[in-house]
Amino acid sequence: MRLTLNIWRQKSPVDKGRMVPYTLDNVSEHMSFLEMLDVLNEQLITKGEEPIAFDHDCREGICGSCGFVINGVAHGPRRGTTVCQLHMRSFNDNDELFLEPWRAAAFPVLKDLIVNRSSFDRIIGAGGYISAPTGSAPDGNAILVPKPESDMAMSAAGCIGCGACVAACPNASAALFTSAKIAHLGLLPQGQPERHSRALHMVAQAHEEGFGNCTNIGECEAVCPKGIQLENIARMNRDFLTGAVLYRDPQAEAGAG
Amino acid sequence: MNSRTPPGPIEKRWENTKFEMKLVNPANKRKYNILVVGSGLAGGSAAATLAELGYNVKCFCFQDSPRRAHSIAAQGGINAAKNYQNDGDSIYRLFYDTVKGGDFRARESNVYRLAQISVNIIDQAVAQGVPFAREYGGTLANRSFGGAQVSRTFYARGQTGQQLLLGAYQALERQIDAGRVKMYPRTEMLDLIVIDGKARGIVTRNLVTGQIDIHIADAVILATGGYGNVFYLSTNAKGSNVTAGWRAYKRGAFFGNPCFTQIHPTCIPVSGDYQSKLTLMSESLRNDGRIWVPKKQGDTRKPQQIAETERDYYLERIYPSFGNLVPRDVASRAAKRMCDEGRGVGPTGLGVYLDFGAAIERLGKQSITERYGNLFEMYERITGESPYEVPMRIFPAVHYTMGGVWVDYHLMSTVPGLFVLGEANFSDHGANRLGASALMQGLADGYFVIPYTLGNYLASNPLEKITEAHPAAQAAKVEVDNRVKKLLSINGNRTVDSFHRELGKLMWDHCGMARNAKDLLDAAAKIRDLNAEFWQNVNVLGDAEDLNQSLEKAGRVADFLELGELMCIDAADRNESCGGHFREEHQTPEGEALRDDQHYAYAAAWEYKGDDHPAKLHKEQLYFEYVKPSQRSYK
Repeated sequence: MRLTLNIWRQKSPVDKGRMVPYTLDNVSEHMSFLEMLDVLNEQLITKGEEPIAFDHDCREGICGSCGFVINGVAHGPRRGTTVCQLHMRSFNDNDELFLEPWRAAAFPVLKDLIVNRSSFDRIIGAGGYISAPTGSAPDGNAILVPKPESDMAMSAAGCIGCGACVAACPNASAALFTSAKIAHLGLLPQGQPERHSRALHMVAQAHEEGFGNCTNIGECEAVCPKGIQLENIARMNRDFLTGAVLYRDPQAEAGAG
Repeated sequence: MNSRTPPGPIEKRWENTKFEMKLVNPANKRKYNILVVGSGLAGGSAAATLAELGYNVKCFCFQDSPRRAHSIAAQGGINAAKNYQNDGDSIYRLFYDTVKGGDFRARESNVYRLAQISVNIIDQAVAQGVPFAREYGGTLANRSFGGAQVSRTFYARGQTGQQLLLGAYQALERQIDAGRVKMYPRTEMLDLIVIDGKARGIVTRNLVTGQIDIHIADAVILATGGYGNVFYLSTNAKGSNVTAGWRAYKRGAFFGNPCFTQIHPTCIPVSGDYQSKLTLMSESLRNDGRIWVPKKQGDTRKPQQIAETERDYYLERIYPSFGNLVPRDVASRAAKRMCDEGRGVGPTGLGVYLDFGAAIERLGKQSITERYGNLFEMYERITGESPYEVPMRIFPAVHYTMGGVWVDYHLMSTVPGLFVLGEANFSDHGANRLGASALMQGLADGYFVIPYTLGNYLASNPLEKITEAHPAAQAAKVEVDNRVKKLLSINGNRTVDSFHRELGKLMWDHCGMARNAKDLLDAAAKIRDLNAEFWQNVNVLGDAEDLNQSLEKAGRVADFLELGELMCIDAADRNESCGGHFREEHQTPEGEALRDDQHYAYAAAWEYKGDDHPAKLHKEQLYFEYVKPSQRSYK
């Protein structure tokens, strides 16, 4: 098939950026979307033009590196699929496509389709963990976890941190990402001791990074390649509220002995 | 070669070593600067644990976040000798299976330690909130995996690597937030700094700004993964590379068993020239899927039209006691033999069926969806076919490299102060890794081995204080700078990828599933020529002071070109077949690998002697005091 591709080119974070049209012939339906871009890039290099920069790594839909907007939809037309696993059989001959990076103040563009998502790492660092120093763990079966809760935790934990939820949200909210981690850990008995402080700190960090608030639009769930559900946001709100009520300043620990 | 393997009964060796090792006083730990390169299971767990202990840690990864490391793609599971299933498992059995599975080319003491530590890893991961599969009573679930007759594999759907990595990543982010780890994402190590014979730092390139920096430290830890991408097509992530390990090799670290490569039997077959990588389908599928090809050669009928009596379930036929669960090397070679006989399936004839028809009939579609639903979806997304309706088509693909930087029992390389963890080292899997053992090894090294052995090194080796201004550090920086400039100035006619593809094809054809001495030496010579052409004719566009993905790739491919030659030389030098290394000249009448324990029961450790001189082979003799070498039989 033959495609017309309008791709966002931006040399650096300070460059203004613009859409540039390209045409590509002989696209096979068995190619993945990124393989199609590889072919285009090889042609560009041969012509002496700089290839299009895009983030990618595992190309199996699990590392969360890849992602851009295709015709207004994060990760493109196929539901539950990252662009690396999107295959060209989802498109037709003579289609015209528009490729843009994630757009959000908290995800500044670095080059072409690549954005800086380190704000996500800082949200996790603010509380998206269980404090379990290496070597201090009891036997794995010492604490039983009911299968339904464990399964729900696993579903929330499937988030790959790609950022599509933010790109799709009119508020550029990171609520789905943040809540997936809060729900994953909050559903497990091991996550209870830090449950409420976790929600308080992670939500505060998301706010500080410049992500917007959630107004229950649901675009995030629709584009999420891993099927992370909106109910996680309800769990986050509940833990946040409880946390806000229960919050006490930490006490000094020194002085014993 | 001094492997520092401790004496005494094997079950006491690690305990005794830990007791004998020197400790660093808690208040002194923060005075030590440690560099951890790589943030996967091994690097992430090491960086988090060392920071928790109080060391000053800097951690580097080339990806945009430590959470993207390729450990994340491991699907199937992690082994541990918990014996929760009461089916006869034990530390000794896991040790035995791993030594045997590695075809008697691993160091017994290391493997025993790995089996001992395996139980602690599960406890640690559960405490971190890793959502392992559970039974209805709330206990941890297990499944069996290739090469084992007990159920000892813990799993989190088909995303075990992801969940274990996120556990380590979250522990790491906690330390970053606390200011105990300084994280450098989108940063690539391009050289090792060796001063007075000891590893004292690294040179890095910031992949966004192009800035080249020196980082000085008291010890350097490489946890940079495997080098399967030397084959171009592999199940590795596109960015996975050998550069850190290769730079260390060129600074004096010996490279161990470079030719030991694992070809995974269950991957989605190649569909065209544009193919950029191969996708693994978890080996756990072999628990319920049955592998077959048509009995007749050149049978192009659809699988549904081939009657039960016309199918050859060849693994069940040849290996009745292990059936579809034979180890990876055995399953891969059998698939190749079927295709060589002209019985392969699919448009290219390079494929075999993995059929769930019988399992769906026996267990119901619902059970199969619960076990493998996500994998079936992935297969359908890529091929456009539903495994519920038609059998999957699979073919072997390069997956894991057992070889890597040579390390001793303390995981230290031949350069003092340079430690190597996880897939990047050569240590625990011998000539073939068993399924669900990579996650185990990465985490064992990072959580439970390096925190002890690093402390011992620091406490027993007083180090001189040095700064970035040291001439050796400055010289390494200049070299890196020149290499970057050189790559950008060639302005030839070929793209980086075209060299990489050509290298990959040479490697796959001559250093892949079946090898022979003549082809290997031919390939080594061709690779040397290709390397020479690369430095004359590659075309890398763009600038050095910019985010430049072609430049990143060019540096990695340049290192792969050198590594590929060494792999062929190593494979030609090992005149036996063992595990994943199959030499056509050395096979049993039934076509199984034929080892030569009298001459080759050693780990090959290659020393760099300069670009114009052949690498020098050193041998670490392997001793089997507990598991007596025998012909591996899975019949």
